[in-house]
Amino acid sequence: MDPVAAKYIGAGIACIGMGGAGAGVGIIFGNYLAAALRNPSAAQGQFGNLIFGFAVTEALGIFSLLIALLLLFAL
Amino acid sequence: MADPIHQFEIHNIVTLGQIGGHEIAFTNSALFMAITVVGIWALLMGGSAARALVPGRLQSIAELSYEFVANTIESTAGKAGMKFFPLVFTLFMFILVANIIGLIPYTFTVTSHIIITAALALLVFVTVLVYGFYKNGLGFFRLFVPKGIPIYILPLIVFIEVLSFLSRPISHSVRLFANMLAGHITLKVFASFITLLGGLGIAGVAGATLPLAMVVALTALELLVAFLQAYVFAILTCIYLNDAIHPGH
Repeated sequence: MDPVAAKYIGAGIACIGMGGAGAGVGIIFGNYLAAALRNPSAAQGQFGNLIFGFAVTEALGIFSLLIALLLLFAL
Repeated sequence: MADPIHQFEIHNIVTLGQIGGHEIAFTNSALFMAITVVGIWALLMGGSAARALVPGRLQSIAELSYEFVANTIESTAGKAGMKFFPLVFTLFMFILVANIIGLIPYTFTVTSHIIITAALALLVFVTVLVYGFYKNGLGFFRLFVPKGIPIYILPLIVFIEVLSFLSRPISHSVRLFANMLAGHITLKVFASFITLLGGLGIAGVAGATLPLAMVVALTALELLVAFLQAYVFAILTCIYLNDAIHPGH
């Protein structure tokens, strides 16, 4: 296979990993919203935890995006 | 299509000379870092100049940002974390203002370069290490040994804890850098759709309104991301500092 074509295909495959991060971030915000509607007074105190969970989950998706960007522009 | 990476190019404005074969120059990156710092300085000095009992707009922004960061530190690292307020506030304001300045067309986004974010993340990492060992001595290693774990899986847990600790500066820096890079590339790609469609005649111009609306929506999203990533960077800094202040799980 042409190495350039293989590079682009690899970048596309690497982006699939971001789907998992998307599902994870959706679960986090969905559960936060569900819990916040049940007990609105406790929601404000958990905002830091929400952002922390979001950041840690998002990092994994960002790693796969980074691989795609490296394949496209750096390697 | 215009190269979407072109906006991240660093070029010299004033070349100062060479040290050990490396060029030392005042680049556009340095220029926008200076603009960021001057912007923050003007905001905070202007905000605290009047010291009115009922704050005006500028003073409100300065007070809000102070209270916001102070609350974040207290809720994640406790009262003992407040001695790190200058560090966290500086990081938060620098990243926030650099991100927002980067959203203005034809400017340079300082935080879209891994070298900048890696330097900031390593600063936090080294601060946590140095303060953790200074305050707790060798007791800082308790961070890697959670309580109440059965002895036969403890080696595995310690290995995972050490690995996750060491990967912190990587995820800390790459998150900010990749968010800014990906956001600006997306904006540029959608903006180039407008010019491509606009070149197709009257039907193309009608179709070009779709990506134009998308660019406006994306810019709004990027404004949210600019704030959110600065906040995420600050809150992760607080959480890591909390590990140095209270190492036991």
